[in-house]
Amino acid sequence: MAIIERPTDTPALAPSGGAPAVTPTRSYGYLRRPVQTTGWRSWAFTVDHKKIGIMYGVAAMLFFVVGGVEALFIRLQLAGPEGTVLSADAYNQMFTMHATTMVFLFVIPMAAAFANYMIPLQIGARDVAFPRLNALSLWTFVFGGIFLNTSWFLGGAADGGWFMYAPNSAVPFSPSNGVDYWTLGLLITGIASLVGAVNLIVTVLNMRAPGMTMMRVPIFTWMALVTQFLLLFAMPVITVALVLLLFQRNYDATFFEVAEGADPLLWQHLFWIFGHPEVYIIVLPAFGIVSEVLPVFSKKPLFGYPFVVFSGAAIGFVGWGVWAHHMFASGLGPISVAVFSVATMAIAVPTGVKIINWTLTMWGGKLRFTTAMLFATGLIVMFTIGGLSGVTHSVAPSDTQQTDTYYIVAHFHYVIFGGAVLGLFAGIYYWWPKVFGKLLNESWGKANFWTMIIGMNLTFGPMHIVGLQGQPRRMYVWTENRAGDGFFNIGFWNLVATIGSFILAVGVLFFFINVWVSRKNPPAPADPWDARSLEWMAENPPKEYNFERTPTVHALDEMFHRKYEDVGEGDAHDYVKVATAEEIQAVETANRDDHVHLPSPSYWPIVLSFSLPVIAYGIIYSTLLVIVGLAIATVAMFGWALEPPTADDSEFESPEGGDGGEPSKELVASV
Amino acid sequence: MSTDTTTTGTEHHFGEDITAIEPDAIPHEHKDLRDRDYVFIAFLLLILTALEVAASYIELGSLLVPILLIMMAIKFVTVASFFMHLRGDARIFSWMFYAGLFLAVGVYAAALTTFHFFAP
Amino acid sequence: MSDATINPADAAPVGSDAPAEHMAIPAGYDDGQDHIGLEHHTSTGLSNTKLAMWLFLGSECLLFGGLISTYMLYRNRRADTLGPDQLWDIPFTSATSFILLMSSLTMVLGVQAAKRRDDRNTRLWLTVTALLGGLFLAGQIYEFTVFYREGLGFTTNLFASSFYTLVGFHGAHVSVGIIMLMATVGMLLRNRVHGNKAETVEMIGLYWHFVDIVWIVIFTLVYLIPA
Repeated sequence: MAIIERPTDTPALAPSGGAPAVTPTRSYGYLRRPVQTTGWRSWAFTVDHKKIGIMYGVAAMLFFVVGGVEALFIRLQLAGPEGTVLSADAYNQMFTMHATTMVFLFVIPMAAAFANYMIPLQIGARDVAFPRLNALSLWTFVFGGIFLNTSWFLGGAADGGWFMYAPNSAVPFSPSNGVDYWTLGLLITGIASLVGAVNLIVTVLNMRAPGMTMMRVPIFTWMALVTQFLLLFAMPVITVALVLLLFQRNYDATFFEVAEGADPLLWQHLFWIFGHPEVYIIVLPAFGIVSEVLPVFSKKPLFGYPFVVFSGAAIGFVGWGVWAHHMFASGLGPISVAVFSVATMAIAVPTGVKIINWTLTMWGGKLRFTTAMLFATGLIVMFTIGGLSGVTHSVAPSDTQQTDTYYIVAHFHYVIFGGAVLGLFAGIYYWWPKVFGKLLNESWGKANFWTMIIGMNLTFGPMHIVGLQGQPRRMYVWTENRAGDGFFNIGFWNLVATIGSFILAVGVLFFFINVWVSRKNPPAPADPWDARSLEWMAENPPKEYNFERTPTVHALDEMFHRKYEDVGEGDAHDYVKVATAEEIQAVETANRDDHVHLPSPSYWPIVLSFSLPVIAYGIIYSTLLVIVGLAIATVAMFGWALEPPTADDSEFESPEGGDGGEPSKELVASV
Repeated sequence: MSTDTTTTGTEHHFGEDITAIEPDAIPHEHKDLRDRDYVFIAFLLLILTALEVAASYIELGSLLVPILLIMMAIKFVTVASFFMHLRGDARIFSWMFYAGLFLAVGVYAAALTTFHFFAP
Repeated sequence: MSDATINPADAAPVGSDAPAEHMAIPAGYDDGQDHIGLEHHTSTGLSNTKLAMWLFLGSECLLFGGLISTYMLYRNRRADTLGPDQLWDIPFTSATSFILLMSSLTMVLGVQAAKRRDDRNTRLWLTVTALLGGLFLAGQIYEFTVFYREGLGFTTNLFASSFYTLVGFHGAHVSVGIIMLMATVGMLLRNRVHGNKAETVEMIGLYWHFVDIVWIVIFTLVYLIPA
């Protein structure tokens, strides 16, 4: 809504109680601008970064469940020798879609959910820089994800593995439309990521509140910023790879066909030039989250904030120079292998810096092991394990031995689950009261944490063993007579991993139970964790316009410094609480901005997003659909261009029962 | 870069901001080019293009490729600097653009090298 | 910055927890009003749209970089079929390059006119730019047709596929640019451009020049450097 109606949240001042009617008087073409503030329309056409963030999170969680179920099928198949749960074909589809779903439809969008919701709040902005583009990112991701998953019902899903190496991706080896769905689906979600990246970078650089210098920006926002830069530059690379594959499969090009003289390594290079930055895209937001959570529950500032910032940026930079370590076994030649080996070892340094900073943040702090804190500490431990096994891959001879075994699977699950997912859950528990105004149940939370930790270690821990024993990844059966003996019998460890995966699933189930039992919790206090950063200056949940007035920032950890005063003499610091969050918010409300312009909802983002899967279906099935899709896209783009970002003055009438007279843009009741 | 000294009441004193540019500090296209300057630049670009084409017809041997690449780079930078106003505009725009450009050149050149692209 | 107090009565509508007595505000608390509108002020003082456009163009560098690299890798892989040596018509491609280069000049003149708020000349130069772009595109289509007639289909060899993909992507970018130019001319005519007209034109200009820059690279790497 473009108009902030001050009286509605202060009943004493609102004469009639209900919100004054705001009606658009001018429409574009046949469509009136959406104005609903409740019901599904208020969500479908919203440009509010908070609603978009929530929808991002919900959609990502749904895909998390889908990807998790796929994982359980994989583990069931491998529980015993000669598994019969899945056919070889179904198994191929299962692991391909499990990885694709988890990486592209869960972790990236879940991080985008936090980034969308938290970045404007953390930098003191009212919304992102381009609210309609934000809605476009969301819906493009949602439609792209749905499109990708419809392949299950339309002839089978992609089955070439998530990095879809040639020649497996070619038509003779993968004749169903699955790979086409995969290619087009990732192109669509790639558009979502790219648009989101541009939007969020501009937001962080340009929308900061007064005084919010870059070195006062909360650490999560910093890490999200680095992530967005990685997305910005990595997405076009995979786009090229996907386009080439699309042309090969649909228009008979031969980009990756050896028989035609092509070099299948081209795909590997393009994929991993994208794919390694992608690893940091996955994990950096989680690093940002735990860097917020640990200081709060240690009652200490983040140890070495600039080091955490710059090591994040360094990871983002060096992350571009290590991609070929995924290709050590492909015959790159000794010089390339040596160079990329060294670069890979080097990237462990900034990561180690972060782990040291987190540990020293906790050192000597007053630790409170809430669920959020448990997940954050869990990340430090689990990610360190994953990081260490990762360093073993930088040693090329060792890597050659491990390539395509379960050891690799163990490694990247410790990194992605132990790093990214635990971090995201820390964020969910930490920010739940901020987003929904209620705390999650701590007992269920702890049950959730411990089952997940036990489950993940039982699932992924044994994979180190079976991997070093030589069990290849992506084999749909293993046989008893090659399982080995004694402690290293892979049969036993495969069974353990399967049991572990179900424990893990129960852990995730506990989370959903927690959400359910917590739905009637009393409203959370304004500052349940004694938090430090700016987002806690807004109410729980924040108003549509976020802050009562644009805050002026004086320090890193602004909220902390508003609550606490340093009464220490000289160099000694002694902080005394001088204000509660409620009091600070009351000051803000008393001095609130009278005039707040917010961007208006729009139909066009969702319409434009919708055109993309239509075009994609068209590419697979019928050119006619492509034309329809392009027509929808054209209409949407023109509608978008002709629609002002903020509703025009003349679009609004003065409210009924208002003070009458001239149309006014701001309906303001000054206190 | 601007150095912020207003940090108060905190142990953190790193106010240096790598992106904040005071509004007055933005160079307001101090060298405001006029239309005829642009025509002149376009003329230079034309001459360069003509030289490029001419070079490709002359037997220059192993010199040809470097010469062509240098002329290409000059044309590239000229369009970016003057037509796209990177010169005289806030420096962050150049950073954004050239970051992408150099990243692209770096990773793709490295990838092509691993194919022994530059070996005959 | 000063200690400030507020009258609890003023804050009454908000919290039931509002203190009864005057409330001490932490030192360093700014009580000043900051009326920073969404669209009029940014932290860096730079335009959001312009920053976004440059980020997008930085990203595009990696897109075209990938396509150009694919071409460079595959340009000699053609077995006994047609290759660049038999096909290139340098004088013709030089002419189309000349046209695209000129369109960059007319574009920048359009941006200059928009900065002077000279709508008439803005429309004129944008139209000329679109026409030159269209001419370039026509030249490319003609070139493709000639190549096709000589026997170079999209799937003839790897050289053909990567060449058509690269130049086709560039052509698609030119087409999008032409559509944006025409749409802007139309919107200028009917006065439907929202916000800062000069900036809108400048953004299209940036995109157009980028397309030109990419062509500068393609022209040298693809056409002039011998295979």
